Amino acid sequence: MRLTEKPWIWAWVGTISVWGVIVAISGLAAGTEVLTAAASFGTFFVLVAIGQMFVVTLGPGNVDLSIPACMTLASTIAMKIMNGSEAMLIPGFLIVVAIGLIIGTINFALIILLRIPPIIATLSSSFLYLSTAIWYNRGLRVKPPEALAEFATGKIGVLPLLAIAVLILTIIMHFVLHRTYFGRSILAVGQNEKAAHLAGIPVERTRFMTYVMCAVLAAICGYFLAGFSGGAALNMGEEYLLMSIAVVVIGGTSVAGGFANLPGLWGAALFMFLLVTMLNTLGLSAGYRLILTGAIIVAVIAISGKKR
Amino acid sequence: MMSRLLTANTMRTLLPTLSLVAILAAIFYLQPRTMSYFGLNLLLNLAVPIALATIAQMFILCVNDLDLSLGAFVSLTACITATWLYDTPVLGVLALAGCVLAYAALGALIHLRNLPSIVVTLGMSFVWVGVAVLILPTPGGKAPEWIRALMTLKPALIPFPIIATLVIALIVHFGLMRSATGVVLRGAGGNPLSVERAGWSLLKVKVTMYAISGLFGVLSGMALVGLTTSADANIAERYTLLSIAGAILGGSQFVGGRVSPIGAVIGAITLLLTGSFLSFLRLNPDWQIGAQGAILILVLAMRMLINRSDKRS
Repeated sequence: MRLTEKPWIWAWVGTISVWGVIVAISGLAAGTEVLTAAASFGTFFVLVAIGQMFVVTLGPGNVDLSIPACMTLASTIAMKIMNGSEAMLIPGFLIVVAIGLIIGTINFALIILLRIPPIIATLSSSFLYLSTAIWYNRGLRVKPPEALAEFATGKIGVLPLLAIAVLILTIIMHFVLHRTYFGRSILAVGQNEKAAHLAGIPVERTRFMTYVMCAVLAAICGYFLAGFSGGAALNMGEEYLLMSIAVVVIGGTSVAGGFANLPGLWGAALFMFLLVTMLNTLGLSAGYRLILTGAIIVAVIAISGKKR
Repeated sequence: MMSRLLTANTMRTLLPTLSLVAILAAIFYLQPRTMSYFGLNLLLNLAVPIALATIAQMFILCVNDLDLSLGAFVSLTACITATWLYDTPVLGVLALAGCVLAYAALGALIHLRNLPSIVVTLGMSFVWVGVAVLILPTPGGKAPEWIRALMTLKPALIPFPIIATLVIALIVHFGLMRSATGVVLRGAGGNPLSVERAGWSLLKVKVTMYAISGLFGVLSGMALVGLTTSADANIAERYTLLSIAGAILGGSQFVGGRVSPIGAVIGAITLLLTGSFLSFLRLNPDWQIGAQGAILILVLAMRMLINRSDKRS
């Protein structure tokens, strides 16, 4: 397969060209700084997008819309329980993982018990999670423990610590997707559910594990994002609904399911961040920035879409 | 056998109505004063724009798509109504017509490039909010006199929102469920292949459905401004989720072009009343969104139970 045929190549081409524009406008030094910032923020996009990608790969109609609510609920509860105490770091993390497990299980239970499309199931359940978060924290912003904030904003040289951790996770997930029974089951289910079932793949168990994994990753993302941004806020997950889906699609993962790739997620996440930064450096007002962001997302998706 | 099948079927159709009656009865019980012309007018104040938005969403659901930008779109049309339509009516009308055309174009794009509607509409929601912010950077504007007059009508005996939503439901019902064109439009959601084989253009169907949806989105924004008298760029943000939930509550299926206009309007009103119900219960307002989610899940669960008893018999 030639390089131009790789599904993830366009996200990277986009990233490099947008970065080129930024460097052309504000110079190489600023360009390097922007790249570090992109790695910091892009990390969070990638973290949720990994889960979303596995879900989308399960086939048409599989999307998790509860990611923002899951992030908010998990980080809200963890921050409040930890209450800034560093001794609670590990318990807090375990709580976040547990909340992810519970949310993933509820989502899948709704899908399977009510026989409704995942979009509707995760949409309805997200109302419940968000309400719980609102009720639990009453709009207060609890500060994260010092050590968590330090880790989430820490850097080795120019590379954010968290970016390195998520990069390692990406590589692991790459192998999970292409080399393990679980990953190949997901691909098989996405390509043809019936054939996968006949081939003896436990379809429902695969879907269950995928939804749980997605929720756990979203919860973990919420935990570190709260550390990164000085606490859990009720609207912290807002932009992650669009981001998680856009990053997956722009990264070259097939929306029809069955075909996924990890390198594209990083390309697309950096692209999305750099795009917004570029529009900022161009000095556009908020309105034009929003219009261009939306238009470019739609354009990229339209170009990568297949002709009927 | 036959009678059991009938009950399951009737129950499925009756489910939205029963939910509405149940919540209305609960409200009347908690606050008997709402059982009056004035009380109902107040309860159903926002019913018209929400019902229109839900119908808009229903048209998209009908062709197996989902519109995640509707709230932003209604906000935009509200902003246009409160500014251009008030100051320079000709420009306002042109802009609103442009909005409908944009929706039609979106339908064409989604069909021709075979794109997932949720991603495209999520992206477009940024565009709508962006345009709205440009038109109306800070909350404000004014409702055109005639819209204000229409929305605050006080007909004798029956409150305006009830009459208006009933008219909307019936018009769409006869247009979509009882007309020859309506059958083709719905068929494209049910079995696109056979509709295409029979000689109809799927592109035209999709463009038509998106255009109609855009039209109802525009009407929703106009109605909303008629009630609030001013607008802001995020005025209808909640309408995306409300419209999806309302259409589904009202019996719309997610695939197969099975929708119900009357049900959608009933579903929208039920969701609207949930809010009042919770405040009459003196329940913590934090649970407002959660309760809407819970009601949605509850109704879907009941529908599933009915379907299962249907299959078993």
